[in-house]
Amino acid sequence: MKLVISISGNSLKAAFDPRFGRAAAFCIVDTETGQWEVFDNPALSASGGAGVQASQFVAKQGAQVVVSGAFGPNAFDTLNAAGIEMYLAPGNEAHTVAEVFEMYKASQLTRAEAATHAGHHGGHH
Amino acid sequence: MRIVVASGKGGTGKTTIATSLALVAAEQESVRFLDCDVEAPNAGLFLYPVLDSRKDVGILIPKVNETTCSYCGKCAEVCQFHAIAVIGKKTLVFPELCHGCGSCTLVCPEHAISEHLDVMGVLESGPTAHEIEFFQGVMNVGEPMAVPIIRELKKWKPDTAAKIEIRDAPPGASCPVVETIRGADFVLLVTEPTPFGLHDLKQVAEITCELGLPAGVVINRDGIGDNAVEAYCVESGIPILMRIPMDRQVAEGVAQGHTLVEIKPELGPALSEMLSQIVQQVA
Repeated sequence: MKLVISISGNSLKAAFDPRFGRAAAFCIVDTETGQWEVFDNPALSASGGAGVQASQFVAKQGAQVVVSGAFGPNAFDTLNAAGIEMYLAPGNEAHTVAEVFEMYKASQLTRAEAATHAGHHGGHH
Repeated sequence: MRIVVASGKGGTGKTTIATSLALVAAEQESVRFLDCDVEAPNAGLFLYPVLDSRKDVGILIPKVNETTCSYCGKCAEVCQFHAIAVIGKKTLVFPELCHGCGSCTLVCPEHAISEHLDVMGVLESGPTAHEIEFFQGVMNVGEPMAVPIIRELKKWKPDTAAKIEIRDAPPGASCPVVETIRGADFVLLVTEPTPFGLHDLKQVAEITCELGLPAGVVINRDGIGDNAVEAYCVESGIPILMRIPMDRQVAEGVAQGHTLVEIKPELGPALSEMLSQIVQQVA
């Protein structure tokens, strides 16, 4: 299974990034092979719709689970449509990706059942 | 002849100047007035139009036919606003991110996308007692984008006989202001002699310069603050066309819904003189 964790730099040494759409990069862990890979987030400098773009990107990488600190409404809807499970890790103190992964394995993370905050473009519809 | 009244900083007196300029102009010419501050239009509070015509406006947003969609993802690739996403066998549309450009509809190889109007606000128009043709846009509460409404307002009923069009711009120096200024002949910058007034004046003056339009400054509440606005105008070659002294009587009158020329009739000739100066410069 492929698990994605949002991180603040494009190396595995970088700390967990509690933002999803605007995370610096994504770390992808293959839980079967134990292989780790890091990809730059293509949505980092998007003028809008970063959540949608980042979600499509992680879906394309074959992710089944995403761990971040927050999911906006558009990211939530897109990841949800892709059948990707979302988990929330605490972003109030610095964590390494390895620590976050351990928390996930120990079932210490809460599953996001809805968007964690309102959109950035005002209410609509 | 299209004159935009803009300021950058809010509350400098855009509407105060624009409405009285329209009244002065209407004494000699046919005038149309566009309140482009669609987030909070208030020129109607001074000009008292009889709004007898309305039109819903918005942008055309995509609707995907799930039976003909092949989930190729071309629509999502072309959308620079990420307003459409293709995930496996699902196509999601995010209306609040859509700018209504129509690119997705254009690139869809299956012709699976149709467009439908997403209403964002309303346009209203009607005559005033001074025979000014009055137009305003009113954006629905919670809508994130004013530009489409301003664009439609400018296009609505263009075939009027009016010789002078006055556009009351929204505050700020972002897209709605640029859209209001686009296509105009002259920009009248209303400011106040304060650091905040100057800061925002510079921003709008730069937009005007970028769009290659002539501009002039009105210093409102003259006598307060400092001389930095004046120094800036001299340095950047923007003429100061008029000064309106700080006067509590004006504030009180405006608060009661009176126009500047009603409160201070002696300012009428100066406004009229400024208008002919602008008309001469543009012609």
